[in-house]
Amino acid sequence: MKLRSRHLLGLENVTRDEISLILDTAETFREIIERPIKKVPTLRGITVLNLFYEPSTRTKISFELAEKRLSADSISFAKATSSVTKGESLRDTVQNIEAMKIDMVVIRHSSTGAPFYLTQCIDSNVINAGDGSHEHPTQALLDMMTIRQKYGSLDGLRVVLIGDVKHSRVVRSNIWGLKTMGASVAICGPSTLMPYEVEKFGVDVYTNVEEAIDGADVVNIMRIQLERQKAGLFPSMREYTNLFGITKERLKLLNENFTIMHPGPMNRGIEITSEVADGDSSVILNQVTNGQAVRMAVLYLLSGKKEEAE
Amino acid sequence: MPKAKVETLMDKKGIARAITRIAHEILERNNGAESLVMIGILTRGADLARRIAEKINSIEGVDIPVGLMDINLYRDDVHSKLDQPIIQRTEILFDIVDLNVVLVDDVLFTGRTIRAALDQIVDFGRPRSIQLAVLIDRGHRELPIRPDYVGKNIPTAREDKVLVRTLETDDEEKVVIERSGLLPIDKVPEMKKRKGGKSK
Repeated sequence: MKLRSRHLLGLENVTRDEISLILDTAETFREIIERPIKKVPTLRGITVLNLFYEPSTRTKISFELAEKRLSADSISFAKATSSVTKGESLRDTVQNIEAMKIDMVVIRHSSTGAPFYLTQCIDSNVINAGDGSHEHPTQALLDMMTIRQKYGSLDGLRVVLIGDVKHSRVVRSNIWGLKTMGASVAICGPSTLMPYEVEKFGVDVYTNVEEAIDGADVVNIMRIQLERQKAGLFPSMREYTNLFGITKERLKLLNENFTIMHPGPMNRGIEITSEVADGDSSVILNQVTNGQAVRMAVLYLLSGKKEEAE
Repeated sequence: MPKAKVETLMDKKGIARAITRIAHEILERNNGAESLVMIGILTRGADLARRIAEKINSIEGVDIPVGLMDINLYRDDVHSKLDQPIIQRTEILFDIVDLNVVLVDDVLFTGRTIRAALDQIVDFGRPRSIQLAVLIDRGHRELPIRPDYVGKNIPTAREDKVLVRTLETDDEEKVVIERSGLLPIDKVPEMKKRKGGKSK
């Protein structure tokens, strides 16, 4: 079993076997994180560029640590302190950095398709760390890893994704990945935050949160992007909290042995109450630890896929 | 196409005898089973490590911790391959600091697997000593590594294949050798590629 592509741009076209391979590899890497010396020499000599055009805490640190744990050399790029502020294009930026001999690029960008565009301009392996409102594959992989650890398998589980479906790349990647792995997926949010042709996702769509989470096993709560409220897509934060916020009372609708997830950063008191976020069923911090293992697995499996023709 | 000539080098009884002898030698050399732990290299080295530990238990009545190790992350040829090998779980659920570690593998060939295993063990702590037990030593070392306990020494050509089969992994128990002498000529480049690799 191996990955077919030398890039990870999204989960839409990734098969069940490939996802299983990544998750199984990530499980073995979890053990390395627990060792006294949290480092293996596998990617010695590989240089990874972390190209972050958007702010990030978890994803950026998680990728950087994953690279260091595998002994890769990593360099991080922050847009604000770079020549991008002088008007240098993405293509020029990355081609200049590649001229300094790098092997892999991890990119986060506000434009959908930026990672794909990179694969057309450079030879390095490209890993999407979130592009516009398109995909955030490693986040969905770590979500699936966390669910799989608790339930053993994703087959037949009811997973509900709540929040801003229209702008959320995490929701999109989760939909593709969860469906491929056999979960029953539902999405829920205000109708103004649903994308056009939402039915093409092939998942259950709800605008009432109580109906959506009734009988669910896993609730994955997306961050409500505060900047959207300014655009007038919903009347007020308070209304959102009343209608869609996950509170202790609403948890009673879920199946026994339910799980609460959130990709972060959390707006406590808006989409999730602190009581729920810090409750026994919350696996939010476990998601973060798994994120590092998943990113190690992706880096490991893609590294060395060089000469292969696409 | 003529098939490679396959000979059986050890049968089930032969393997059992070798394990019994190795168990005794380990006990003799370490003055008993105190401060002894075993680490088996996946997949068949791990099977053999469990067997040796069971045998030591039946001789001395002491339970020896057995760990498993996947050495692929420590290999020296990871970048020369197109696809990365699948990683299995490394499980060393005990502290190895200041203990005598017996590393177990099925076949000792170039020594590169053992080099990788030594590097990995050191990342788990500083043992008092590391000893090496192998079922088969087939020669052709490329590194200064030698075994402390050997089931059987077998002279081989570099292109021969020595395969250990265990009940746990293969549902049969024996050691076979595929002599390369009768292999078709078109197989030879493939053999060359194996040089320095993991295959035994």
